[in-house]
Amino acid sequence: MVDQPAARIPASSPARTRATGRLRLPVAALAALTPAWLIILLVYLGTTIWTVQLSLTNSRMLPSSEFVGLAQYERLFGTARWTISIQNLLTFGVVYVVGALVVGFLLAVAVDRHVRFESMWRTVFLYPYALSFIVTGLMWQWLMNPEIGIQATMRAAGWTWFTFDWTTKSSMAIYAVALAGIWQSAGLVMVLMLAGLRGIDADLWRATRIEGIPLWRTYISIVLPQLGPSIATAFMLLTMGAVRTFDLVVALTNGGPGQSTEVPAKFIMDSLFARQDLGLATAGATVMLATVMAVTIPILYARDIWARRRAGTI
Amino acid sequence: MRDPFPQSANGPRPDKVTPARLGLYAFLVIAALFFLLPAYVMLVTSFKSMEEIRSAQIFSLPHLFDWSAWIKAWSSACAGVNCTGVSAGFWNSVKITIPATVLSVLLGAVTGYALSFWRPPGGKILFAAITIGGFIPLQIFLFPMVRATAMLGLYNSLAGIVLVHVVFGLPLTTLLFRNYYASIPVELFKAARVDGAGFWRIFVSLMLPLSLPMLIVAGLMQMTGIWNDFLLGLVFAGRDNLPMTVQLNNIVTTTTGQREYNVHMAATVLTALVPLVAYFVSGRWFVRGITAGSVKG
Repeated sequence: MVDQPAARIPASSPARTRATGRLRLPVAALAALTPAWLIILLVYLGTTIWTVQLSLTNSRMLPSSEFVGLAQYERLFGTARWTISIQNLLTFGVVYVVGALVVGFLLAVAVDRHVRFESMWRTVFLYPYALSFIVTGLMWQWLMNPEIGIQATMRAAGWTWFTFDWTTKSSMAIYAVALAGIWQSAGLVMVLMLAGLRGIDADLWRATRIEGIPLWRTYISIVLPQLGPSIATAFMLLTMGAVRTFDLVVALTNGGPGQSTEVPAKFIMDSLFARQDLGLATAGATVMLATVMAVTIPILYARDIWARRRAGTI
Repeated sequence: MRDPFPQSANGPRPDKVTPARLGLYAFLVIAALFFLLPAYVMLVTSFKSMEEIRSAQIFSLPHLFDWSAWIKAWSSACAGVNCTGVSAGFWNSVKITIPATVLSVLLGAVTGYALSFWRPPGGKILFAAITIGGFIPLQIFLFPMVRATAMLGLYNSLAGIVLVHVVFGLPLTTLLFRNYYASIPVELFKAARVDGAGFWRIFVSLMLPLSLPMLIVAGLMQMTGIWNDFLLGLVFAGRDNLPMTVQLNNIVTTTTGQREYNVHMAATVLTALVPLVAYFVSGRWFVRGITAGSVKG
């Protein structure tokens, strides 16, 4: 085994503490990274370029190479179903993200207050996150079904005025999707916030108690700002989830009633497969990519600065 | 590996039984009902007869526990003209999930290890690209990927859907392992180098055994993620390999005849069962996966 003299291994200098293999090119490491490079270059980069490029051509059913500038984007934003999808996504996104953040935060705070059976509560609040969006969507579809769901049960019990039929009303259907989404994701927010809460200095609680600051004030003005990184992470994951929402809508409302729960991800899928309109599908996908990057890159950057500042000050 | 919840609760200590304390428990109970009721309704309804379902008492226990909906859901419920129940989808999902999970976890482990300890040229760029790649919406890849897999003869095949899952699992698994290896003392690695061990030997005999916790966490995350996938299975698996989620949705949306809600709900519970069992058995690991995957090290 000892065929390599130890002297070949460079003494670690501060500049390259980890780079023990730097003297010679680490051939094996480069070889091991080949699949990852191939995936990044061919799949992630290659197909993104392909899609963006297609969105600039006059492709319809078949890909074409005729460059038409932004004509497909004009057509896209001239399509009522797309603009409706974006409006629906905005409504859904705001309700879902804010709802999941608020519910998740409240759950985390409640669980963090020395309650009995803490892990049992946590398990109950998090389990929906293990379920697929298809399962979540189907569950809520039945609960909100006016004929067999909660409404029918309440009416049969004598509360004939009771109404819970969001999935059949075009004005309310998008909120039904948001409700199911919050149910599925609030536990995720709870876990992230709880990790943040556990990082808060225990002296803080003593200090605020001695000062006589009311508990709700402590949470709003002192704890919440300290949870910044956790909130940013949760916000980013939820926003990404919202933009990608597809399965949940398919299972819960399939876009209806009418177009009241159509969303961009579903529009792209339908354009790609059902209507076979490549131009619209690729233009829509490119818009979706730009939106996601506009949200994530600043947050990734901010989180990086946060992490560095923390490492520097503590 | 750091436990995401190192100490027990950290919030302010309660005094005694106060109205606020009771309010807190009331909130927890109401929240728990909100989270549990949908699953409860699903479960009890699957044991009811259609007649009883139409009487609209979703919260009541079934008069008579009837397994027939479960048997039908598993083996003979129809998706279109295809009456095989969700069992075919179940086995397809098993066949997709096992190889895709194993391969993507191994790929993530090797990539994370090479990036962490060997610092090859271009490694930083690769890691940045992988991190950003994890955020790209799947829709942007679909058409080119369909064309590419078709060219390779993998479109609508088991190998094709497994490959697609491995490709799109790369960001999460690499991130998990790279951050995990960053927490392992580099002296261990150096000692192995001094002993003359090479890239693969250090990986197989030292790093893999050390990363057992992360193998479990990453495996768990990938397994539930792949099992719960709908979009990729719908596009890439092909008719003979449709995963359980797609088949479930097809069964539920099949409109011929009357809607058998008990069968549909049994099929839904069956589809949810694998990730649920994984979650309840592994609880703590699942939580670690969420925090490790989202909070970068």
